[in-house]
Amino acid sequence: MTTTFRIDAGEIRRQFPFFQPHPEMRSVVYLDNAATTQKPYAVIEAVSNFWAHHNANVHRGGHGAGARASEMYEAARTRVAQFLNAREPAEIVFTRGTTEAINLVASSWGEAFIRAGDEIIVTEMEHHANLLPWMRLAEKQGAQLKVWRITDDGRLNLDELDRLLTERTRLVAVSHISNVLGTVNPVGEICRRAHAAGALCLVDAAQSVAHMPVDVQAIDCDFLAFSGHKAYGPTGIGVLYARRALLEATPPYHVGGGMVQTVRWERLVWAEPPAKFEAGTPPIGEAIGLHAALDFIDSIGREAIEQYEHELTQYALSRLQEVPDLRLYGPAPDRASIFAFTLGDIHPHDIATVLDTRDVAIRSGLHCAHPLGERLGGSTARASLAIYNDAQHIDALIDALHETRRVFGKTRA
Amino acid sequence: MMPLNELYQEIILDHYRQPRGRGELEPPKITQEGFNPSCGDEIILDLRVRDGRIEAVRFHGRGCSISQASASMLTEAVQGKTLAEAHALIQQVLGLVKGETDGDIDSLGDLAALAGVRQFPVRVKCATLAWHTLEEALKQVS
Repeated sequence: MTTTFRIDAGEIRRQFPFFQPHPEMRSVVYLDNAATTQKPYAVIEAVSNFWAHHNANVHRGGHGAGARASEMYEAARTRVAQFLNAREPAEIVFTRGTTEAINLVASSWGEAFIRAGDEIIVTEMEHHANLLPWMRLAEKQGAQLKVWRITDDGRLNLDELDRLLTERTRLVAVSHISNVLGTVNPVGEICRRAHAAGALCLVDAAQSVAHMPVDVQAIDCDFLAFSGHKAYGPTGIGVLYARRALLEATPPYHVGGGMVQTVRWERLVWAEPPAKFEAGTPPIGEAIGLHAALDFIDSIGREAIEQYEHELTQYALSRLQEVPDLRLYGPAPDRASIFAFTLGDIHPHDIATVLDTRDVAIRSGLHCAHPLGERLGGSTARASLAIYNDAQHIDALIDALHETRRVFGKTRA
Repeated sequence: MMPLNELYQEIILDHYRQPRGRGELEPPKITQEGFNPSCGDEIILDLRVRDGRIEAVRFHGRGCSISQASASMLTEAVQGKTLAEAHALIQQVLGLVKGETDGDIDSLGDLAALAGVRQFPVRVKCATLAWHTLEEALKQVS
């Protein structure tokens, strides 16, 4: 392997405690980044610093610590707005994650604006997070769910979208990057076509924000969701971006403390967005951790990350081809660094177990995308990369796959 | 390194490659489906119970080596058993796989190989799927 990358993954791993020696833990080649990424010291320290020295509730206290906590929490919101190139921080709603963000849109916006006979378009490659809220909404409202099928090589055909869009279409819900196929969907063009038909567009960016530049104004989406923990940040924090006018028109999600202006027995006035959608004490430390995670990502640079991971992806594709009976799903070579595959008739769960004993961590199963799994013919094994992975990790994966074939008697000993 | 050869013992791989009791029964029968949503493993058990005894048992479905081998062993083990014996065997196997009891390993025959799963906590569900499915199936016996 002679390719030299501009990014030194070893140097980046030094910023992560997970990759440092630990007396009770074996060192692993971590290739399950589509499930969750590891956390750099900077994130852990930001969270810890908040809990240790600045802990107070936000937007409530009549004291300095409360004011400081509010400042830190709102600074995180401003940072997210800048990261996504939103027009203003008020377009950023903090949620528990991508799942809650999409549920918020389906429940609050959907129940207010989707009527019987309306149509919602979802793609066949969606994760349950961007599928079940729409299935339930359609059922509840008597709306029609239309499925945008994928091509055999795991892409979306835009002509097919044009065929599905009608004047009754209210929403197109699409992932930016498939969590199974690694397909990078042309979300800007999808939004353009949805808008031309009078529909809105929601982008599930859970698999993209940590891996490529994501600009909500350039994409021109109406809603966009992502999770902190897949972007080097904490669990329990996620983001819903929506245009301000949409947030203003949308009724609240949860109701309770902090999201209301006036409460009288005869009258309720909701707070302005984003507070309107943040009932109860929010995940303050987690939002502050997310702020640090976005700083970490931008300290490397999203163009550099995208280029590095693209080069690593090309190396992975070439090496995966060497493994007999390995079938890779999704498009190639133009794809993200998520690789779902099968290995002859060896069940993916067995692959993952053998790899685990070789200290290579991957995932197997249906990846919370059962309809897609059905289309692909069942479970798959999945390796997914992040900025701290390098060519040696791919080599370890390939060696372990050969070992798996030996265990299951696919080669002569 | 974890003891891979304890998980993938030759007995397990043999049941996986050449499953016993694979197929479906003609009616009358009890059919019970078991599914693990996280990995997609699926076991469908067909039982014929007569006079309080499991007269015939077959399975089909799809899944990993452990789930399918466990189902294959199950069909051999419960064939001809009374319902009370089957219930006792279910508890014995579940205890063995989860590492709660060693039970009477010698009496278990091929099933003893399932004890190797203990050291692989993420695989326990694979080994127990068929047995939980049988547990559900027996609830259908009036």
